[in-house]
Amino acid sequence: MKHMTRKATRHVSQNEGLIFEKSSLGKAAWKLPPLDVPAADATKLLGAWERRDLGAMPEVSEIEIIRHFTRLSTWNYAIDLGMYPLGSCTMKYNPRVNEAVARVEGIANAHPYQPEEISQGALRIIKTLSECLIEITGMDAITLQPAAGAHGEMTGLLMVRAYHQSKGNARKKILIPDSAHGTNPATAAMVSYAVENLKSDSRGMVDIASLEAQMNEDVAALMLTNPNTLGVFEQDIHKISEILHAKGGLLYMDGANMNALVGKARPGDFGVDVMHLNLHKTFSTPHGGGGPGSGPVAIKKILEPFLPTPVVVRRADGALAFEYNRPQSIGRVRAFYGNFGMFVRALAYIQANGPDGLRQTTEDAVLNANYIRKGLEGTYDLPYSTPTMHEVVFSDKLQAKKGVRTMDIAKRLIDYGFHPYTTAFPLIVPGALMIEPTESEPKEELDLFIEAMKSIAEEVEEDPQTVLDAPHSTRVSRLDETAAARKPVLRWKPAS
Amino acid sequence: MRYLPKSPADREAMLKAIGFRSVDDLFAPIPAEYRLARDLNIPRQMAESEIVDYFRQRSRENGDGYTSFLGAGVYFHYRPVIIDSLISRGEFLTAYTPYQAEISQGTLQSIFEFQTMICELTGMEVANASMYDGSTAAAEAVMMAVRLTGRRRVVVARSLHPEYREVLTTYATHQGMPLSLVGFGDDGRVNRRELESSISAETACVLIQSPNFFGAIEDVDAIAEITHKNGAMLVVSIAEAVSLGIVEPPRQADVIAMEAQSFGVPMGFGGPYCGVIATHEKNVRQMPGRLVGQTTDKQGKRGFVLTLATREQHIRREKATSNICTNQALVALMVNIFMTVYGKVGLKELAKQNLAKAAYAAAQFAKHSKILFGGSPRFNEFVVQTSEDPRAINSRLLGHKIVGGLPLEKFYPELGNAALWCCTELTTRSTIDTAAGFVAESERSVRSGKEVGLQEVTR
Repeated sequence: MKHMTRKATRHVSQNEGLIFEKSSLGKAAWKLPPLDVPAADATKLLGAWERRDLGAMPEVSEIEIIRHFTRLSTWNYAIDLGMYPLGSCTMKYNPRVNEAVARVEGIANAHPYQPEEISQGALRIIKTLSECLIEITGMDAITLQPAAGAHGEMTGLLMVRAYHQSKGNARKKILIPDSAHGTNPATAAMVSYAVENLKSDSRGMVDIASLEAQMNEDVAALMLTNPNTLGVFEQDIHKISEILHAKGGLLYMDGANMNALVGKARPGDFGVDVMHLNLHKTFSTPHGGGGPGSGPVAIKKILEPFLPTPVVVRRADGALAFEYNRPQSIGRVRAFYGNFGMFVRALAYIQANGPDGLRQTTEDAVLNANYIRKGLEGTYDLPYSTPTMHEVVFSDKLQAKKGVRTMDIAKRLIDYGFHPYTTAFPLIVPGALMIEPTESEPKEELDLFIEAMKSIAEEVEEDPQTVLDAPHSTRVSRLDETAAARKPVLRWKPAS
Repeated sequence: MRYLPKSPADREAMLKAIGFRSVDDLFAPIPAEYRLARDLNIPRQMAESEIVDYFRQRSRENGDGYTSFLGAGVYFHYRPVIIDSLISRGEFLTAYTPYQAEISQGTLQSIFEFQTMICELTGMEVANASMYDGSTAAAEAVMMAVRLTGRRRVVVARSLHPEYREVLTTYATHQGMPLSLVGFGDDGRVNRRELESSISAETACVLIQSPNFFGAIEDVDAIAEITHKNGAMLVVSIAEAVSLGIVEPPRQADVIAMEAQSFGVPMGFGGPYCGVIATHEKNVRQMPGRLVGQTTDKQGKRGFVLTLATREQHIRREKATSNICTNQALVALMVNIFMTVYGKVGLKELAKQNLAKAAYAAAQFAKHSKILFGGSPRFNEFVVQTSEDPRAINSRLLGHKIVGGLPLEKFYPELGNAALWCCTELTTRSTIDTAAGFVAESERSVRSGKEVGLQEVTR
């Protein structure tokens, strides 16, 4: 409590209803130019398909829309306001030049079907980003088509399946460590593979003996996050890939934690066959409240024939072009070429950094996580003492004695002016506090965070109820999620 | 590096606090043989001015300054300025998925409003926010119908966007979901007799698009009747959202899979866009993607939360309805603002302008060439069949900085020299007249060429 006002102070927050509650007949925020062709008779053209009523769509003026969304925006926490230490989410600074260049006319208004001869700029952006990402990952080829990390996982596993199929047997299952993200097993199921859990050892790494025992010719691939969700680098990675490859299996790497490796180590060098990246994590494209993302999949040569179509190639005359004729391709995973606007932003980020900047970025990210670990060790239980890379996982074991759990501490952190860390994940740590500061935090912000976490730990000892009732400073207090799920109200309805 | 907020002294002090001597100590967990001992071979660090310049150059190589008649699932509509003003607010732009409801009410309330407006426009009871795009939304909607019916066969209209069909094929291939295609008739719409014969008691759903890929509005009532008679579900894809302003929504559908790009989202060479799935309340527990629900806090104050999460991968893992996690939230916000700007009256007026431009253009083209499927009601696209290969006509138009309609040979070789043309409220009469003039000129020269040939034979 004593440090509470160091970072945040309460101030007035505007109330704002739903937009529908401001609507009234005859207000408008639009104006169309005069029609330069004869007006159409909708009844004649559409007959029975003519729509007459647009229901409860709102009618409001422009200033009301500006105030509405501006007021709503002030109810959000954001990276732009302060540290956002969600583990495995890599909430780093989203550079504004990325936004500026994505809005340049010929990039923002390009139609995906415009002729290739007037699409050379876009094709070059795709090609250049592809080359950068191939170099960063140490892989041989890449597709940028998947729209997000989970979509990349699906694309990667489809290629794994196609690869095994080409050898006559698609195989039956995917091994997934118990520390993995939920998307991994969900993806395996979407590609019709059975999921087999792989347990972690006392260091928080893949248990090599278990892997050896579970690996056989039915296993198509192991989906490994490295560093894993404990922020621990899988030191036996060489052995892992050997065990897998010996039985014909492939090593899939979930690149969610690539922010720990860029410029310092390359998955392609340590035996990974296929991996996805998250441009919205490692490469600074904004999370935007839940997307858009982009989930490129980088692969080794053996998987190249199976890439989704189309693939960008350089023609004999030097021009870039899309190649569609790829008989072994898994097909398309999305219409057009992927979330192109995110490619633009990611490439701008890579250019702003260069090789030296990217390396320094990774070093700072790892430095920050270790600094937090050092600062909070002893105050919070550290279930695995293995060295930390870009994120650190504590547990609520010490605070649980007073009945305070990770979610309560997280909610109290809000009062101190921070976004909470990731709670209750990874599943192998009961009551986990998963903290990823990223490189974007200055020392001062980290010190404030450590101070806040220590202060909360003191509160837990002296006055646990304050923590249990948190947050105290927000517009709304803890919301009734059970009621929301039991009797879902998923839209506004006009009073009738 | 200008994004990094540390001085060398800060780094020094932090290393010391941790008890490490150097940065190398931090990376000791990575086996030495895998540590990269060289610079990455990527472009050098650039100044902001250089980066802006680089992308301006790419823009100039990328059709900047061209007028286009392309549609086919991606539409050039005017984007009100306030969309970018508002989505550029850091509180929207740089926030994560709103799991911590107390400090995410802005995102949550705006999604709730989005869900409401999508329901109003589609005639459905619930809508999610969001799917990656229209193509993956359609594939996920089909998988949803498979779960709901317990059947596995899927009938897909050939008048559905060909790339949506390709995506569905990729998704369905390994899930034991056999797909069969149903063709289109002379009116460019689903051939109902063929549909009757391809549907069976094992059919989980029929997937159509309306307005379809050719711009024609499908007879949803009739298709729904055939589908429902067989106990299957009807999934309708909507690729041109602006059509909802003047075209009756497919209320008879069980699931609607939508692409909302037309609502204020830049064409951006194919993405990011905004897929949406909308359906009836009774189907909601099989719906993929994020949903926001209204609830109250401890003081009884209205608030919003992510809800029905037991459908999702972070809770259910391999038993989830989908693996989707990150979606298109910020794009959904663009769509939301667009819908709010145009609203009840504006959307209709906007749609009417699209209707008028396309009707005028089709009439101009019809003077000299053939409009295929002309008898069907349509929104803002139409198919023009010419004597000459449309690619040849297009290449002449390109010289005048006009991109002609999409040649259909790649997707529908049986249609011969056909191209899909699109007009929106931004297409001017003079551009339409110019393009129609080129088509007329092409027809004239083909005809006179034929006459010349004929005369030669006679002589």
